[in-house]
Amino acid sequence: MRTILFIVRKEFLQVFRHKVMLPLIFLMPIIQLVILAHAADFEVKNINLHVVDHDQSQASRQLISKFSASRNFNIIGSSFSSQVAYDEIQRGDADLFIEIPAHFQRHLIRNNTASLQLSVNAINGVQAGLASAYASAIIQDFNGQVRAEWAKTAAPPGLSVTFSNWFNPEMNYQTFMVPGILVLLVTLIGMFLSGMNIVKEKEIGTIEQINVTPIRKYQFIIGKLLPFWIIALVELSIGLFVGWLIFDIPFVGSLWLIFGFAAIYLLVVLGLGLLVSTFTETQQQAMFVSWFFLIIFILMSGLFTPIESMPPWAQAITRFNPVAYFVEVMRMVLLKGSSLIDIRQHLIVMLTAALVVNALAVMNYRKTN
Amino acid sequence: MVPAITADKLTKKFGDFTAVNQITFEVKKGEIFGFLGANGAGKTTAMRMLNGLSRPTAGQASVAGFDVYRQTEKIKQHIGYMSQKFSLYEDLTVKENIQFYGGIYGLPGREIRHQVKALIEGLGMQAFAGTLVKSIPLGWKQKLSFSIAIMHRPGIVFLDEPTGGVDPITRRQFWEMIYKAASEGMTVFVTTHYMDEAEYCGRVSIMVDGRIAALDTPRALKEQFGASSMNDVFLQLTRPKS
Repeated sequence: MRTILFIVRKEFLQVFRHKVMLPLIFLMPIIQLVILAHAADFEVKNINLHVVDHDQSQASRQLISKFSASRNFNIIGSSFSSQVAYDEIQRGDADLFIEIPAHFQRHLIRNNTASLQLSVNAINGVQAGLASAYASAIIQDFNGQVRAEWAKTAAPPGLSVTFSNWFNPEMNYQTFMVPGILVLLVTLIGMFLSGMNIVKEKEIGTIEQINVTPIRKYQFIIGKLLPFWIIALVELSIGLFVGWLIFDIPFVGSLWLIFGFAAIYLLVVLGLGLLVSTFTETQQQAMFVSWFFLIIFILMSGLFTPIESMPPWAQAITRFNPVAYFVEVMRMVLLKGSSLIDIRQHLIVMLTAALVVNALAVMNYRKTN
Repeated sequence: MVPAITADKLTKKFGDFTAVNQITFEVKKGEIFGFLGANGAGKTTAMRMLNGLSRPTAGQASVAGFDVYRQTEKIKQHIGYMSQKFSLYEDLTVKENIQFYGGIYGLPGREIRHQVKALIEGLGMQAFAGTLVKSIPLGWKQKLSFSIAIMHRPGIVFLDEPTGGVDPITRRQFWEMIYKAASEGMTVFVTTHYMDEAEYCGRVSIMVDGRIAALDTPRALKEQFGASSMNDVFLQLTRPKS
């Protein structure tokens, strides 16, 4: 135990002795949090729409006014040629155009049906999907109105659906994103600090001096893990405070639960870092290996894309992704107020992972080669 | 009396390359044993097998009575090691380095405080106590490394080219420290390139291409090879036969 404390003390001395480390560890993540929370917003606003109206009828104007009234669309131009509209999309000025054929209104009244064309720039698939979904909703709405007013056919009684948004009533993206982004930042700092650490001692040769002492392997690994565990938890506290202060993140559930889970989660992340550190020879190698895992962890964490919409094999991979668990737990506890019972599965998985990863790190650290 | 170190046909291979080839020797307690050889002759590899950093490929060896295959951690309780590569923490101060290694070796708090004081005063480094190790001169660093390596009073200390790149005066002081340690009963196993240093050793072994080519006291070796100095002995052994 005393040996471990000596290592912890040494690590803290070294971390805080380097003038760049303090801002790197504490200031940078906060700046990232503030910037990313504003940028990582998936709501599609300001879709640029070009209108080609060959009909120039009451019906077509009514449809267009529905678009201009929507806060999702900006009508940036209108013409009588689909070529002009197409050129605008080519230049990137317009995201989509709607083409209303001649005799649109007449067909609508006489045949009870009419068609129009929607062309979307689908380079950004997500945006295109949302844009066409919004546009379809507006056209649907128009359709219902027309049926009632013009075609004199009664609107089908149908079911009317009212939505009520639970847990994030204003559907605020920041409320949704900030807890997740916080997970990423704590993970990045934790994994890099620990991943670079042992391998750095290999590079400068001090590990030899450690390896000829009677120190036990578990003492060494715990001594290396503890300082970064403390730093990461402090970091999480600062991040949560900033989230509360700037982004009004609701703290519905227990903070103790968040920190309890984080404590175990960090053992996994730091253990992974140390594991990387034990089987690489240089900091550069450790950096690349850490990045390889981090990119997969982050992109498959469910933070940016819902895990539910991944293919089954990818969903299976996310079961081994610690980041996915913590992102989910953060959202569950902070936004929904989930309790220990609700996250017990996550907790069990993390505990197991922490044991396995750190046992591997201890085993893979060799004092005798 | 049990020898401090015994090696019997100790061998280390890296793939096809045999770095250390069946070396056999014994080091007595309290002896200063010089381990000579050209660069790449296998000195460091041999030393690393003895102090438990490297696992031998074949042969037997024991250090302080413990087996180098099965009891490496026991060995580590009884030895000090100063590696060729400077291995104190450059971003810690002199004092912090002493405290850290004292702690790792499990010295009690009072003993660590005593050692910090005694060691810094013994080396005359009072002015450097709070200085980061990276900013003190090389000669001081080496003396500090040695003092830290024997701080826990090991029975045997391994020194791998401890005086490489150090000025003659500091080298002299360094050997005085070695003598002092040996006079207190410590066994010293030292590699060097300086032939004048070889003369200070009780016995000397000279490694050539992974084998021990000669082993005796400096005086006997000079007689055996009809040489006037250890330098001549070394050159006769290591110069490629023409």
